[in-house]
Amino acid sequence: MIRSEILREIAPILRDQLVVCNIGLPSQELHMIDDQPTNFYMLGTMGLSSSIGLGLALAQDKTVISIDGDGSVLTNLGTLPTIANNVADNYILLIIDNGSYGSTGDQPTYAGKKTKLENVAEACGCENVITVQDKDLGPVLQKAIDDRKMTVIVCKCDSGNIKLPVITMDPVVIRHRFMQAVQA
Amino acid sequence: MNIDKKIVDDLVANDISFVTTVPCKQLAGVIDEVEARDGIFHIPSNKEDEGMGLCAGAFMGGKRPMIIMQNTAIGVTFNTLATLTQYYRMPLPMLISYRGELREPVACQVEMAVHTKALLAQMNIPTYHFHWQKDVEELDNILKYTFMCNKPVAILTDANFWGGYGDQ
Ligand SMILES: Cc1ncc(C[n+]2csc(CCOP(=O)(O)OP(=O)(O)O)c2C)c(N)n1
Ligand SMILES: [Mg+2]
Repeated sequence: MIRSEILREIAPILRDQLVVCNIGLPSQELHMIDDQPTNFYMLGTMGLSSSIGLGLALAQDKTVISIDGDGSVLTNLGTLPTIANNVADNYILLIIDNGSYGSTGDQPTYAGKKTKLENVAEACGCENVITVQDKDLGPVLQKAIDDRKMTVIVCKCDSGNIKLPVITMDPVVIRHRFMQAVQA
Repeated sequence: MNIDKKIVDDLVANDISFVTTVPCKQLAGVIDEVEARDGIFHIPSNKEDEGMGLCAGAFMGGKRPMIIMQNTAIGVTFNTLATLTQYYRMPLPMLISYRGELREPVACQVEMAVHTKALLAQMNIPTYHFHWQKDVEELDNILKYTFMCNKPVAILTDANFWGGYGDQ
């Protein structure tokens, strides 16, 4: 499966949760598949989906899912020790690990080579790291939500992208709508 | 006056409850004070742009955030300031140790000091420079201003403000 197929499959699970979605195609895909006020679309700032999600989870009680990419986690590797050492049981980091920088044309990342992000996360002190194959993600994600235990999910999948439009919504509108959903 | 205590009193009075830090020798006392306060959640970050991401999330979660950092890190934060903090219009007070200014003993620190204000100006970031201890009287107003306008705002604090670096 490729990322867009995964997002299509988990969209019904994501719908009721606060979601911080990574820059580029992941946000465009989620926006196209199931736009929700509970989605915070990143329009830039590669690497910070996990950090924004953690800050949000630590600041309030609702469950937060950061959808991240392998390349983006690699660019902000310092996030994993911060997550490990500041446990928020309403926080799930979902790394879509397609082994490539998908949005820029699927150039390979080191996560697609020797580096195993699940091992990195564990070495950083993350206690609940689950590696899952694309087709099995749904139940794993639902269980992580139900368990209310901070979880890092590394979802292995294929590289590959679909053609779709950019998000034209104004960032302040995205943010305002999202903050209203957080408070609701 | 205990300057560290005074600063953190102002943070608390302005309802700032989520503070991320990357240390500087000059900031050691204020970071200790942040850590010690019950009303503040202190989350050290590994890099300043990461910290700004945490702050963005905390803000959207209803908390007033702040970052405490050294001016040498300003370069690594520009993408985040432009495409997250400013683009989505979020407030962020940045208490920055202004290394490489008067009374600085480490020559290398001057190399970023000479760029600091120009870079902040280029980013249209309102910037205040604390040089004398009494300048801290402005902090309360600066914090109110930051959360009024929803912008990142820089407070540069040099060695003289902290009572000297080499001799403290
Ligand atoms: C600082 C910075 N460097 C590079 C880019 C270009 N860029 C945008 S998305 C992306 C790929 C992200 O890859 P990954 O996190 O693995 O997500 P994927 O698209 O594969 O799901 C890159 C390199 C950028 N936006 N910002
Ligand atoms: Mg990828």
